[in-house]
Amino acid sequence: MWAMVVKEFRQVRRDKRTLAMMILMPIVLLVVFGYAASFDVSSVEVALVGPGAESLRSQVPARLMVSEVDPSAGRDEAVDMLKRGRVVAVIVAEADSQTVLVDGSELFAARAVVQIVTTARQQTPGLSLEVLFNPGLDTSAVLVPGLGGLILLFVGTVITSLGVVRERQAGTLEQLAVMPLRPRDVFIGKVAPYFVVAFVDLIIVLLVGTLLFDVPFNGSVFTLALGSLLFLFVTLGVGVVISSVSENQGQAIQLALMTLLPQVLLSGLIFPLSSMGAGVRWIGYLLPLTYFNQVAKGVMVRGAPIDSLLVPLGLLALLGAVAFSLAVLRFRRFLAAGDGGQATAA
Amino acid sequence: MSDWGLDSVTVRIGGVIALDGVSLAVAPGEVAVVVGGDGAGKTTVARTLAGLVRVAAGTVRRPEGRRVGYQPAGSGVWPDLTVDENLSFIATAFRMGAADAPGRIDQLLGATGLATVRDRLGAQLSGGMRQKLGVAMALLAEPEMLILDEPTTGVDPVSRHELWRLVSQTVASGTAVVMTTTYLDEAERAGTILALDGGRTLAVGTPAEVRRSLRGAVYASDHPVEGAHQWRRGAAWRIWTDGEAPPGGTPVSPDLGDVLIAAAFDAHGAAAR
Repeated sequence: MWAMVVKEFRQVRRDKRTLAMMILMPIVLLVVFGYAASFDVSSVEVALVGPGAESLRSQVPARLMVSEVDPSAGRDEAVDMLKRGRVVAVIVAEADSQTVLVDGSELFAARAVVQIVTTARQQTPGLSLEVLFNPGLDTSAVLVPGLGGLILLFVGTVITSLGVVRERQAGTLEQLAVMPLRPRDVFIGKVAPYFVVAFVDLIIVLLVGTLLFDVPFNGSVFTLALGSLLFLFVTLGVGVVISSVSENQGQAIQLALMTLLPQVLLSGLIFPLSSMGAGVRWIGYLLPLTYFNQVAKGVMVRGAPIDSLLVPLGLLALLGAVAFSLAVLRFRRFLAAGDGGQATAA
Repeated sequence: MSDWGLDSVTVRIGGVIALDGVSLAVAPGEVAVVVGGDGAGKTTVARTLAGLVRVAAGTVRRPEGRRVGYQPAGSGVWPDLTVDENLSFIATAFRMGAADAPGRIDQLLGATGLATVRDRLGAQLSGGMRQKLGVAMALLAEPEMLILDEPTTGVDPVSRHELWRLVSQTVASGTAVVMTTTYLDEAERAGTILALDGGRTLAVGTPAEVRRSLRGAVYASDHPVEGAHQWRRGAAWRIWTDGEAPPGGTPVSPDLGDVLIAAAFDAHGAAAR
């Protein structure tokens, strides 16, 4: 038995990546959970529209932070503001009544608004409340679009991360290196099957979500497809980069899961970004799932037009370009076979 | 036509010298065999010629990238593709025309005896079959230089014979072949032998030149001699010395194996001196 224990200790000591993960992961998780794991929404941004907007401003409860006031706008403009995700709630102040329109796609913030408004209604007769896009404030309506992203992330990063490692372990990477293939040919060839599988997965998830769980689909299929395409580009690139820095399949899976976990926790999929401590919130803004989540939820639940999603789409494109460049650079290192003739030392 | 090969090439891998000023020339229609023990640098020679290794010093002369055929030490066969799919992938990557590729694939499958298993997965092939498929893949695009890294290691004698027949046919068509091996009987067939030990050249030249390059003499003895440089040959012993004959030793004409073992003793002795 002693021999076995000593052997295992030696092997664990040499697998520095696993050792670091075993020691650092609990600390990181504890810190991240401590700052991120909160469903509490302390304040919500709202807009005031309608003829009575200015006079109402001073009466708005403290937890509702007024970010926009537009007395010339009406209900249609208010709905548009919500669709575009500019604010979570809009108070439409008419001469004799006030209506609070709430964006039901922002589940926790919407619940906070509902709670505040329900309390306020006891003192303000004529104040009505309307939850748009997700009137029942169903969790599934908000989670399913994000879960689609999570599945793309799983196929794109975790499964793809095994691709290059498998070539290396089979001894075929050198075969590729001497073949007349450009690094980008190898990258695109490697990710193409996963790309198709991930897209089929996404369609299945969204169909099941809409047909089985009544998740609304209010927006443009094209915008969602574009967002998914860009997001897949990022996840596949990350998967290939992970694959190229891993010695074996175990290491690849380990690294892939390390990129997966922060995205699940910090992308706003489970905990609202606005509830997170500033110390970890910025990490969320570096993660592609954050932006896919914004696009998917915006398109499906709110029916957000494409021009209101240009920022997350642009950031996904940027992250995709970075991941693609890194993946191609890594391939270039592997496939560094000279192009013939004379190779002379510098 | 010019020779391909290495001129005084030094390769460092992870700070360790893997090849130290090694030279090798192989002409079209000739076989050069690289021999040596474990860690001698055989695979590094193959990888350097294939362009997979950056050289620290010296010059590598090889044809333009797509004119090189390379079989890595692990056969280079994709285990989850069939025999046909492995060859078709190479044909497509090398942009062989649809008119040429099927005929060439059939020809190589016939020559390697793999025609009956063309639908079998690479993972399901025997070791010998896999190596033959690896050679066929390296040959498919009709390279000017063919580099085979230990294609016969772990292969049964019949498959070894078939592999060599394939190599001979390739050489006859004017291809330069560089092959690494641990079998010295294969080295006897080569036009040029490069013998390596710890990344250094022990001997280089034709088999006859390598045999002539030996300093000292080899003796046969029916018993070991204390302190001598000796090795077993069947029930007897071989002793190498560059000085006086060992007691009871009978001078023998050394074969290639004897020469290379003696050369390794000589090199280690020189390093110690």
